[in-house]
Formats: sequence, C-alpha cells, structure tokens
Amino acid sequence: MDLKPLFEPQTMAMIGISATNDRHPANVIYAKNKNRYPLEVYGVNPKGGTWHGETIYADVTDIPEKIDLAVIATRAELVPQVLTDCVRAGVKSAAIISGGFAEGGRPDLQERIVGIAREADLPFLGPNCLGLYVPLKVDTFFLPIERMIKPEPGGVSFVSQSGGILVDQMIKFTGQGVGMAKAVSVGNKALIGEKEMLAWLAQDPATKVIAFYVEGFGPGQGREFVAAADACPKPVVIMKSGKTAAGNRAVSSHTASLAGDYASFAAAMAQHNIIEAADERELVSFCEALSAYERGIGRNIGIITGSGGHGAMAADACVVAGLSTPALSGELQAQIKSALSESIRSIASLANPADLTGSGVDEDFVACAKAMGASAEIDCVLVLLLPYLPGITLDIGVKLSSVSRQFKKPFIAYVPQVEKYTMLIEGFELNGIPVSSSIEGAVLMAKALAGRQPC
Amino acid sequence: MKKEVNDILAAHEKWGWVTEPDAQKIFSLYGFHTPQYDVATDEAQAMAIAQKIGYPVVAKIVSPTVIHKSDVKGVVVGIRDDLSLADAFRRISRIEGFAGMLIAEMVKGLELIIGAQNDFQFGPMVLLGMGGVGVEIYKDVSLRMAPLTEADAGCMIQGLTAGRLLSGYRGAVPVDLELLTKTLIDFSHLVMSMQDLVESIDLNPVMCTQKECIIADSRIMLKKR
Repeated sequence: MDLKPLFEPQTMAMIGISATNDRHPANVIYAKNKNRYPLEVYGVNPKGGTWHGETIYADVTDIPEKIDLAVIATRAELVPQVLTDCVRAGVKSAAIISGGFAEGGRPDLQERIVGIAREADLPFLGPNCLGLYVPLKVDTFFLPIERMIKPEPGGVSFVSQSGGILVDQMIKFTGQGVGMAKAVSVGNKALIGEKEMLAWLAQDPATKVIAFYVEGFGPGQGREFVAAADACPKPVVIMKSGKTAAGNRAVSSHTASLAGDYASFAAAMAQHNIIEAADERELVSFCEALSAYERGIGRNIGIITGSGGHGAMAADACVVAGLSTPALSGELQAQIKSALSESIRSIASLANPADLTGSGVDEDFVACAKAMGASAEIDCVLVLLLPYLPGITLDIGVKLSSVSRQFKKPFIAYVPQVEKYTMLIEGFELNGIPVSSSIEGAVLMAKALAGRQPC
Repeated sequence: MKKEVNDILAAHEKWGWVTEPDAQKIFSLYGFHTPQYDVATDEAQAMAIAQKIGYPVVAKIVSPTVIHKSDVKGVVVGIRDDLSLADAFRRISRIEGFAGMLIAEMVKGLELIIGAQNDFQFGPMVLLGMGGVGVEIYKDVSLRMAPLTEADAGCMIQGLTAGRLLSGYRGAVPVDLELLTKTLIDFSHLVMSMQDLVESIDLNPVMCTQKECIIADSRIMLKKR
C-alpha cells in the first residue's frame, strides 16, 4: 500500500462540502487546507454551485486534476458510491471522516467500502475518524483552526484509535515542546490499522518514534502488530485503555482467569520490546526522550542537583523506574570536587545525587556534568535545575548541551515550567536536551532510553 | 498434531473439555512426564490399580460434568492402604456425575501451574505460576506469547515473585530449571499446534523437583464451535 499520496498530498478533494453552511465539518476542512497548506483543494457536492466564490464540483470525476487525497464527509450510506466515484476518477487515497459504519451497527456498509478499496488498491483511513495532520503539509481535522493547538514539525508520529485522545495528546506534546511528524486518527481501522501504520512509519524519514493509543486489537491482530514492531528499527510506544474490562468470556480455567485481556496485552508488549506508557504523561515523556536520543543506554543514572530534596526525590523515582543511581567512585568524586568553586567545595555532597547546593554556579554544574559525561560509571545525566538559584544563568542549557554533545552522553533536564523560565528551558530544548516539568517525568525519560531489560 | 490426539479432542467436543485421564494421555503422548494412573469403576478394580502402582496413591473423580474436582471434594491425597482407598471410593462414587475414579501415583515437588490461553488479540499465551489451589489468590504468574524462546522461558521463571523458591530458597532443594525451561518451550509448541481446537489448558499442579517435572493434573478446555 502506497501511503505517500495520503500523507503528502498535492491535491485534495473535499467531498460533502456545503454551499451554505460555513460550520459544516467539510467546509472547515476545506477552508483550512485552502488557506494554510501548500495544496490545491477542490470542493465536491452533487448539488454543485459555489462557496465563497469557489466552484463546487458535482462529481469528483469533474475535477480537472488528479486527486491525491479525497476527504469524505458525506452521510455513511452515500460513502460506497462516493468511493466508487473516487476509484473512477483515479483518486490515490482517502480519509473517510463519516461515522455510522461498524460502530453504528452498519458493519455491512463498512465491508462494502473495504471491498471497493481493496479491489482498486485505494488506501483509506477510517471511517469514523479525524484523518491526519502533517505539520506544514495537510490537516483533515474538522476542528476550526483557531481552536487547534498546532505542534511544530518533529520526530514523533502518533497513531490513535480515538480522535479525541489524538487531539488531546497533540496539545500535551506541544505543551512539552515535542514536535510531531504525523498525527493519524485511524477510527474504525477498516483498512489501515496499527500494523499498516507501523510498517509505513518505520520507513518514513521524518518519524523517529512511533506512538500508539489503542483500545484493542481485532482477532489475531495483536500478534501481527508485535511482529511488525519486531521488524521496526524505531522505538515503538503504546498507551492502552480498557485495561479493567472484565471481559464477557466465561472463565472456566485458572489460566483464563489469570491471563486476562490486559495481562496478555502487557506481557506481549514487554516480550516484544514495545514500551508501554501507563498514562498520557508517560507517553509524552517517553516520546520526547526517544526523539532526542537513540534508545539502548545502560541503567546507571547520574543526578546533578542544586537541592538535596530534589536529588532524593529523583533517586527514589529512579529506583521505582528500575534504574540505578550508583554511588560515584571516590576517584570521580575527588575529580569533581577539585573542579568546583572554592565556595561550595566543602558543602557540596558528591556521592550521587551530586548536590551542588543553592550556592552552585553554572561552572559548577558544567564541571560536574563533564566529569559524569566522561565517566563510564554513568550512562545518562539527569540535571535538576532550579532557575531561581542566584548562581544559575540563562545560558546553562547551552553550556550543558555542549557537554552532552562532547561526550555523546544523553542529558535530561528538569526545570519547573512557568512562563518566566521559558528562555532557560529553550536553552536546553533548542539545543537538543529534553526538558521535563516534573522530576518523575525526567526519570521516565531516562527509563524510556534505558536498554531492553533482560526480562 | 498426532491422530490419536485429534481423536481424543473430537470425542470430547460435546462436553467442551477433556477430562483428566485423556488430557494426561495427550501430554504423555507428546513426551511430557505424567504419574502412573488408571481409572476404576468399582472398588475391586481400584484396589488392583493401587496394588500395581504401589501406595501411597491419590484418588480423583472422573466426570465430564465436574471441572473443578477439589470444589466437590473429589480429590483424596495420601492414601496409604486398601482400607482408606475403599473409603475414598465410596465417598467419590456418590458425587453427582461420577463416571469413574482415577488412581494415580503420588508425586512430590514444588507445585507449579503451567497454562495456556488462546487470547483473542494475541493468540496462544503461555502462563507459569506458583500452583495449587491458591493460584487465583496469589496471582503470582508470568505470561508470554507462544511459542517461547529459551530467553522467554527464562524470563518467565525469573518473573515470578516466588521465583527464588525454584532455585532452592533457604536450603530447600532447587528445581531443575533447565528441565522446567524445556517443559515450558515444548508445551508452548504443543499449544501452537492445538490453537484451532483448544481455548485454554491448565497443567495444575506440575510437580517439579531436582530431577523431574511431572504433570500431576491437567485439563483442556475446547473452543466453542
């Protein structure tokens, strides 16, 4: 299946546009793509006419250009005919926004459109979905542009069974400064599901991390999905809902009662090196770290902090996450100590966490980071940065990122996130160091990077 | 799948599950270790079987309608003589649905459960846990998709909270982990081959020692047609 026309369309047909209703979903989609994206958009409605002076074509076959992507927002019972017209017009892909198929008691309609698409080799998303969002390229979400948060281009692609979760997650990614490559709503997954998206995104140069939100897989599709993930060189993150559904199967054996749907799901993910995010916060943290660094570092975390309390909390979170914070060797501690400012040399505690105290200055953080960066004792450096400390400057992010690059060692920063500290945070983020607004989040990032555990 | 196994499964389709003696037969046909056993329908037969196996023995109800044997007091362990055996027979034969009494060699070891479940999304899954009647209380189990690699099986053993018991906790005799690993892997392949017919399998308990892993009881639930 060639999904290029779907994700990089030059031409779009918006089928189901209204000549009179500006707020019709099809009109919203038409307007945002026409005004803001580099593609040609054509409105289609059997009634013809015009909307805001633009021609509405009565039939998709009337459009003078070949269409890469048809966005279909008509009533469900019309979709089979619309799709047949698309095939006749040589349309290369489709996103079916319309609901009222399998989810609305009409599996027959869904089977018909799958039949039409398979025969014509026409890939489509949905039905019952939002379609897709590709920064600077295309946006089929029927959400008015002024209400949308638009993520920057970046390395995370997110595929969601729920349109609502998809948009929510885009807001959270944006809030955390995580850029996106593709956002895809797969809806009823009639033709394109997780496995197909995984295969496509695995070879998409813009995608570094592939994340999923799933409610459940179809019969046997979980097994196909993990096989596709095994074959994918990029990290795969997954978040699941419906973990507690008791299931309606009669439980007649011990194994059936113990190997419930979610237990099997979690076991299968772990077995195949797919990172399961417990909640939205974990999903964002995992994706942010994995789009900044390659996966597969060791589990030894070095913590640098300006406050003993923060250090202790981070060390606790590391243990919970299955990471370790080994005490630094006497040699390494002595080396750090000799490089610190005279004023904190006697008060800093350097075992790990390395607490540079509230009197530490940029140079102390850099010296400590260099020593940990160069040492084989530490695989990843967690910097807990408190911008209100008087010795810390706005340049700390740039300085530490250059240490990270020099020693090719991943650094992760915690910085409290308020408007006031934005420039300091960007000093890290724009220079390639992921920043979390919570200590736990920063530790989760390290957890996502840590290599596959033997079990 | 072996033809004999197909025949056994087909014969049990109407009940929806395979009763113990036949389930045990399937596993022994595939090279798993099971205790010596035979089924008696009267007291004299029971005595003869026990004599042949040698005391102590365990006696269990055979009935296509009794899935959980302990729940109906259909299991008597540690029978040491003819008198106790006769007593066990009288009690078990009065249980509703009685079709016979199975007399089996008593086996000892660490009680484990090995199971399989045909998951809707992921296909056959294999389960390993601490066995016995408390299995659903402690829920100390690990799960993996079948078929298992050696690494998968090793992870399942390590994944048990009570895993240390297997390697000889506090002076106890350790379990032969290599044999347990092999048992898990072989079982996972058998489960793959039976996935079209079988819904779930309990091998509970599997008695493991330093020398053996013996399937002391088993139950195969068939898929609904």
